[in-house]
Amino acid sequence: MARFLARRLVYYVALVFIATSLTYFLASATLNPRSVYADRNPRPSSEVVDAKLSSIGVNDKDPLGERYVHWLGGAVTGDLGQTIQDKPVTQEFGPRLGVSLRLLLVGSVLGIVLAVVVGTWNAIRQYAFSDRVSSVLAFVLISTPVFLTAVLLKIGATKLNDVLGYQVITFTGEATPNLTGGFGTIAWDRIAHLLLPTISIGIGLIAVYSRYQRATMLDVLQADYIRTARAKGLRRRPAIFKHGLRTALIPMTTLFAFAFLGVLTGATFTEKIFAWNGLGAWFIDAVQTNDINIVVAYTLYSAIVVLLAGFVSDVLNAVLDPRVRAQK
Amino acid sequence: MTLTEPVDRTRASSDPVLEVRDLTVTFPTPDGDVRAVRGVDLTLRRGEVLGIVGESGSGKSVTSLAVLGLLPSTAKVTGSIRLDGDELLGRGDKAMSAIRGRRIAMVFQDPLSAFTPVYTVGQQIAETVLIHRGGSKAQARDRAIELLGLVGIPEPERRVDSFPHEFSGGMRQRAMIAMAIANDPDVILADEPTTALDVTIQAQVISVLRTAQRETGAALVFVSHDLGVIAGFADRIAVMYAGRVVETATADDLFAHPRMPYTVGLIGALPRLDQRSDQPLVPIPGTPPSLLSLAPGCPFAARCPLVTAECRVDEPALVQAPAVEAGHRAACLHADRLVGEGTDPEDVYDLPPAPTSALAAVPRASRDRVLHVDGLVKTFPLTKGSVFKRRVGSVWAVDGVDLDVREGETLGLVGESGSGKSTTLHEIMDLRVPEAGTIELLGTALDRKLDGSTVKRLRGAVSMVFQDPMASLDPRQPVSDIIAEPLLAIGRPRDEVSRRVPELMRLVGLEAAAATRYPHEFSGGQRQRISIARALAADPKLIVLDEPVSALDVSIQAGVLNLLAELKAELDLSYLFVSHDLSVIRHVADRVTVMYLGRTVETGPVDEVFEHPLHPYTQALLSAVPVPDPAKERAREHIVLPGDPPTPTVKQTGCRFRSRCPLYAMLPEAQRSRCEDEVPTMLPHGRDGADHTAACHFAREKQLV
Amino acid sequence: MTRFTPDLLEGPSDAVAPESREEAVATTPNRLVLTFRRLFANRGATVGLVVIVLLFVFAFVGPLVSPYAYNYIDYTALSSPPSGAHWFGTNNIGQDVFAQTARGLQKSLLIGLLVALFSTVIAGMLGAMAGYFGGWVDRAVMVFVDLLLVLPSFLIIAILSPRLKQYGWLILVALLALFGWMITARVVRSLTLSIKEREFIRAARYMGIGHFTIIVRHILPNVASFLVIDATIAIGAAVLTESGLSYFGFGVQPPDVSLGTLIAQNQSAATTKPWLFFFAAGALIVFALASNLLGDGLRDALDPTSTAGRTGRRRRTRGRTAESSGGAAPLGRTGGVSEAASPAPGADVGSPAPTRTSPASDARPTSAPPRTNDEKGERA
Repeated sequence: MARFLARRLVYYVALVFIATSLTYFLASATLNPRSVYADRNPRPSSEVVDAKLSSIGVNDKDPLGERYVHWLGGAVTGDLGQTIQDKPVTQEFGPRLGVSLRLLLVGSVLGIVLAVVVGTWNAIRQYAFSDRVSSVLAFVLISTPVFLTAVLLKIGATKLNDVLGYQVITFTGEATPNLTGGFGTIAWDRIAHLLLPTISIGIGLIAVYSRYQRATMLDVLQADYIRTARAKGLRRRPAIFKHGLRTALIPMTTLFAFAFLGVLTGATFTEKIFAWNGLGAWFIDAVQTNDINIVVAYTLYSAIVVLLAGFVSDVLNAVLDPRVRAQK
Repeated sequence: MTLTEPVDRTRASSDPVLEVRDLTVTFPTPDGDVRAVRGVDLTLRRGEVLGIVGESGSGKSVTSLAVLGLLPSTAKVTGSIRLDGDELLGRGDKAMSAIRGRRIAMVFQDPLSAFTPVYTVGQQIAETVLIHRGGSKAQARDRAIELLGLVGIPEPERRVDSFPHEFSGGMRQRAMIAMAIANDPDVILADEPTTALDVTIQAQVISVLRTAQRETGAALVFVSHDLGVIAGFADRIAVMYAGRVVETATADDLFAHPRMPYTVGLIGALPRLDQRSDQPLVPIPGTPPSLLSLAPGCPFAARCPLVTAECRVDEPALVQAPAVEAGHRAACLHADRLVGEGTDPEDVYDLPPAPTSALAAVPRASRDRVLHVDGLVKTFPLTKGSVFKRRVGSVWAVDGVDLDVREGETLGLVGESGSGKSTTLHEIMDLRVPEAGTIELLGTALDRKLDGSTVKRLRGAVSMVFQDPMASLDPRQPVSDIIAEPLLAIGRPRDEVSRRVPELMRLVGLEAAAATRYPHEFSGGQRQRISIARALAADPKLIVLDEPVSALDVSIQAGVLNLLAELKAELDLSYLFVSHDLSVIRHVADRVTVMYLGRTVETGPVDEVFEHPLHPYTQALLSAVPVPDPAKERAREHIVLPGDPPTPTVKQTGCRFRSRCPLYAMLPEAQRSRCEDEVPTMLPHGRDGADHTAACHFAREKQLV
Repeated sequence: MTRFTPDLLEGPSDAVAPESREEAVATTPNRLVLTFRRLFANRGATVGLVVIVLLFVFAFVGPLVSPYAYNYIDYTALSSPPSGAHWFGTNNIGQDVFAQTARGLQKSLLIGLLVALFSTVIAGMLGAMAGYFGGWVDRAVMVFVDLLLVLPSFLIIAILSPRLKQYGWLILVALLALFGWMITARVVRSLTLSIKEREFIRAARYMGIGHFTIIVRHILPNVASFLVIDATIAIGAAVLTESGLSYFGFGVQPPDVSLGTLIAQNQSAATTKPWLFFFAAGALIVFALASNLLGDGLRDALDPTSTAGRTGRRRRTRGRTAESSGGAAPLGRTGGVSEAASPAPGADVGSPAPTRTSPASDARPTSAPPRTNDEKGERA
């Protein structure tokens, strides 16, 4: 089992490497850092620009291979290069990582847990009123892209604040700037700011994965072993929860990685819309400002996060399912 | 372990423990109500074994689930089910849960899906104990170990912590039985408990069920589609048809004096292990009626040879039958005619004439060799890993198979699952150079890569019929395309193909007009006929049949087997007929080859091998097949093989069978080493002159049928 | 895992006498008619289909009946609310919102349709090949799939977007299709794996039929219903992806408009001038919803094991029942049911991959990993 997981990890590292390298070449081919200086006033001389770009490692006149090797050499030692503003990428990476992960982890964990709860409940009470309402809601939410959910939540919160006359829901930034106070005040402030972005990320997740959970659970409810459990004298609910739920969670663990992938993309929207200084927003800005090194750094981060999620899926799957453990 | 035990009849006392009266079960569907059970009466006495027999759709499983109260909530159930006089019908989940697993226990058909995959077998057995008896987990675990030992699981202390997927099919079914008897129930319901198992494992499980029933003194309801299994085991039998009991009697009386034409037909449709096979089987015409829209009158009327106008008026009641012992009841208006005219299936039903082939007169030695296989070997790599596969071992699926088929002859290939039968067929059909050994097909040796025209010729001359008639027909193609495909594949012109398709349809007994339909519009038996038509399309010399009737109900199976016999005689075909069912092989085959763990262990003319088996494995197989005749079945010797076949991932030395061999177990130490070291070769051991070989160092003939 | 099957359902096809069977067959309408009938029996699907048709009419006929072109600037009406002259109002530079919404929807629909078509074709071919051939073909495709899952299409297209501006929206279609087939391909692969196990494939091989003919004649028709369903839902998904990209300016480029660019432009006006925002946003959600509903309904209509859309609680039947219940496609248990490789890249543990098809549906990801095979050697 440990060997299996170790092998997976090696494969994942290889995937991360390929993905990041590909992005490096792709970004180098499409982004044009030179244009950043074209708009400067006074316009710097082309020698100055070349020197500057070369020092950052994004000069399109230098051979691509050379630049890549240089970047790779840095990346291995933890140096992800300079931003177009000539600041170390890693310096800004750290704080933004904290912001992004907070949103990501809270959103996805809450989303998945609630999805399992809602899905299970709906499956057990299939075709009950609650199930029908959930189905309709899920359909609508699945059909609403994250950026619309976020914008609509923002509009709703604004309206609510207007009606109530004071700021009930805060939704700009990840914390109130220059807030002073004890730990409690700051913690509460962060939680308040987390509310809407988390909902906008989590709600889609709940919609999608509650449907999966419901489907798996319905499948399990028909399983022979539930009938066996009842034939030995367990009542319906205990039979379902004891014998069904764990089995139904097995396929869900493998969806975990996918859920994370979706959340990651969704987070770029949420961060932009709620003005969070996270990595997603950073990436969007970097594409718009032709900052190759930031784009590559973001890819590295996203690949690692997705594959970590994949790894967690593998582990959870093996923990829940003895058959998987046996196979490996 | 030899076990011959007559059923203890004195146990069956007369006070009923379970009484079912006028039970009806209806499932509402969008197309109307399906009346799955229509007025069933059953009485189960303490300590008695009641066999319920019927084909698919007869309502037998629904009845047993109704007793447990485990039907889906959509089912409408009426009537009365009494346990020791207490009404069960209408009780809530709580009250029923107190009864389930304690007073009534159930053994389900598919023991893999019936166990929760994520808990150990021990946990699941212990749970049954904990629910009803309480106590500590440790106590329950001890009880689970005790129960596993009781049902014959080796090393129960270790096995108790195994997960269901780590058990073999037979062990899972034993564990299932252990779970059922955990709380000494009054009634055990066993729903097709041996259906998915091999015969030798079936014999084990039945013997365990007997033990379990004896230990607990419970009454046992044994539901099965297999009249043979029921015959030897049950005290009384209820035959179900279209949701009703149509005949019920003691086992002996039912087989000796059936009083319902359906029962007569069922008995006649069954190929017999103990009878030579020059007669066709009794095919019951047609198929069972739809339970959605039953015509008035006897539901069997449409298929019955004795039918008269009055049969179609009212459904006959289940009443005491004439000229039999009291309690033998049948639902037939013409039961008395069976008294007068006799109950020989051949007399009651119209029997097609026995087909005769022109080749029958030609001695075997002077016929052409159609297929010759010698020392065939096939191994599969055992791989691990998902992205980068590594070979971690080998599966010796086929490890020394010899076959010989002559023109106009049927060779039956017998073996349990895992014996390498299917792999052997695939090796032949792949037309590739074998890993080791030789294959010679219609005079062409597969010793090098064949050129295109030879491949095309062989593809036309050898065809295959598969087990599952649904899976072997592309659901997206109309029947005409399906039958035309082999013809087009060997390059026949379109107009010839379109002429040939209706011809082939008629040849297998289907209407030519049905060629535009899709496979799902046909019944199982009809689909298998389509499959046969496709196999016949390119005028083959040899047809390879892989379990062609094992997915069909008995009454349908008889028709397909008769068709195969007719076609063979008419078209001078040769068959390589693979089956796990020895009775079928006895009926269809001229010669038989028995396989065990990838090797041929015995071969010879079918009657010779069945009547004078030499290899201990063949003997065990034959003794494990139940004969549908209670008296005979009880009197037969039953050899119950211990354990499961060893895994083919280990290369075996010496005799492959010795780990389960009753003969080896009794050999003195000195002689055993020969079995351990020396691979037995196929040698004639039999009576002088008989063309009969077996791979056993100590072959001794034993008569078992 | 066999389901509860009352044994009357085990062989329903056998449960009819041949004579009556033939009569029954004679009156059975053909598959297409049957599919449509089942489709219209499903309220959601009917609504979805009607809505999609209406939106298409709006997108393609709207510009013809609108008095204004989408880029025409009416200086007499800046930021005017909906009125007789401007049905959906105008934006702050005087462009007609009706014309803009219709134009934006048109673009989004075209992109959605084309992307769904191309990505489904790619997914069908590659998935079927990976599943059928196995070996290195399979591994190559799957590593590629894993890689693209690690590198989300959103990210790649965003990075490529600076170059996109020169080539217009068709290149966007190409990119979306190129990066949108993986999950479907995974499901097609796993469906193919199970179809390949079925004996009719072996039968075809033993007749001497070539591999590609087998894929085209036997495999693809049997995954067709899944592909149809998936493509339907993919239209909605592609529209959502396109609008997401356009929202950031990575997708459709001005002066062209799509629903995404309209929403991005006007989100700040949502509270003050709702007509600028809500027509486009509404069109987007309604279209995606309709495509999901239609896809879900199609699944039920094409899936013989599903009795959804009929009255009453559905009773699930599987296994032999499913195959012989007289339904059209024994393999049609499409949506995400398959034992796809686990979504964790590279994993091969039997488990479902989520697909665009599945989330909103009754798709049943199987919970059982591949059954231990009794005849281990026979199929190793």
